[in-house]
Amino acid sequence: MKLLFLLSIFFLLSCSVQNNTTFETTSVRGKQLTFARNKGNCLACHVIEDGEFPGNIGPPLKEIRKQFNSKQQLRQQIWDATLFNPDTSMPPFGKNKILTEQEIDEIVDYIWHL
Amino acid sequence: MNVWHFSLLMAVFSFIASASPQQDQALFKQHYEKLFPQLSLNDYADGIYALDEIARGSWQTIEEFPPYELAIEQGETLFNTPFKNDKHYSDCLPNKGLAISHLYPLWDRTQNKVITLALAINQCRKKNNEAPLPYQKGEIAQLLAHIAFTSRGKLIDIKIPESAPLALAAYEQGKQYYYQRRGQLNFSCSSCHVQNAGKKIRADLLSPSLGHTSNWPTYRLKWGEIGTLHHRIIGCHKQIRAEIPTAQSDALRHLEYFLSFMSNGIPFNGPSTRK
Ligand code: HEC
Ligand code: HEC
Repeated sequence: MKLLFLLSIFFLLSCSVQNNTTFETTSVRGKQLTFARNKGNCLACHVIEDGEFPGNIGPPLKEIRKQFNSKQQLRQQIWDATLFNPDTSMPPFGKNKILTEQEIDEIVDYIWHL
Repeated sequence: MNVWHFSLLMAVFSFIASASPQQDQALFKQHYEKLFPQLSLNDYADGIYALDEIARGSWQTIEEFPPYELAIEQGETLFNTPFKNDKHYSDCLPNKGLAISHLYPLWDRTQNKVITLALAINQCRKKNNEAPLPYQKGEIAQLLAHIAFTSRGKLIDIKIPESAPLALAAYEQGKQYYYQRRGQLNFSCSSCHVQNAGKKIRADLLSPSLGHTSNWPTYRLKWGEIGTLHHRIIGCHKQIRAEIPTAQSDALRHLEYFLSFMSNGIPFNGPSTRK
């Protein structure tokens, strides 16, 4: 029993370590996808942390959790910004398949923590 | 009556209730006046360099030894070289082909068609049994450079004759094209050049469309040569991953008709230089 307990603690610990590394790698990938000109190219329009030569068509992306109630809502903004503003100049990254669903998830993971 | 005449007629009926070109033009100019109160109408001929002080400085330095000078000379030579039948461009273009750039595109009543200067040049060649020139760069751009140089300072003066409903329909088609979203990135011309004029997309400042037709043909440093307005507009289509239209197609000539009409009263100052 004691052994089982120890084992499960060990298991839980390894899980959280595992989770951390997963988060680290996704957010690095997410950042790359966000910055890359042939992917999100979000810097074309948004100031984002240390991104170089940002445009200023959209608002700076920071304190995202103050603007969005949920990750799902943020995802919608990226999937098709016209849902919130029909006149937006932000491209519909999901709807028009500019990015894959998985790429959008990774970008959301990164942006959510800004 | 061919297909596009028919579609033009349909367009006439559907647009009859919409704003007149004069009203469009007034609103278009007002939009930019509000955005850029510091600019006079003449300033719009300079494109983005009317808005970007620093870039304007290096542009003016380049303009001291303009990279399009050779194209003007080549164009003049081409212009004065007789066709095989001994006729000249000056025999078929109005005013012997000089100081006319600011009047194009124009509505041709006999052809019932929007005629751009590039198209007029090729129609002149055809009439004299010469092969047409490709429309984006090379000899056509050189010829246009020579004619543009003789037209400098003349005010853009585009007419949509009221007695020709098809002319109005062509204009309306051009206008619709301008405001229509397209491409994978879902932009219209106006998304960038009206809605976001003066803002930065990455490191590029977006120019107003007012004056967009004044500086052609243009030597672009990116191209390393002189090219035509339609060449540039096709470039904007590539940026937004849209279907690429053909230079001098109905769609692009009508778009040019609309854009040029918006710019009436601005001095023509082609050829020019751009990044
Ligand atoms: C061509 C311009 C453009 C590009 C490219 C662009 N956006 Fe936007 N974005 C905007 C504009 C403009 C807004 C302002 C709201 C609106 O119009 O929808 C906006 C709003 C947002 C918002 C809401 C911010 C807030 O404070 O409300 C988020 C989040 C966002 N964009 C994320 C992204 C991401 C992530 C990418 C890249 C995958 C991206 N954007 C690419 C123009 C752009
Ligand atoms: C995604 C943004 C975007 C869209 C959409 C776009 N353009 Fe552009 N355009 C640019 C940029 C950037 C430049 C280079 C900087 C400048 O002069 O604005 C440019 C330049 C131009 C120029 C040259 C201006 C000059 O002074 O030499 C013309 C003309 C032009 N665009 C017309 C159009 C037309 C017509 C459309 C629609 C069919 C269009 N653009 C759509 C971004 C865009």
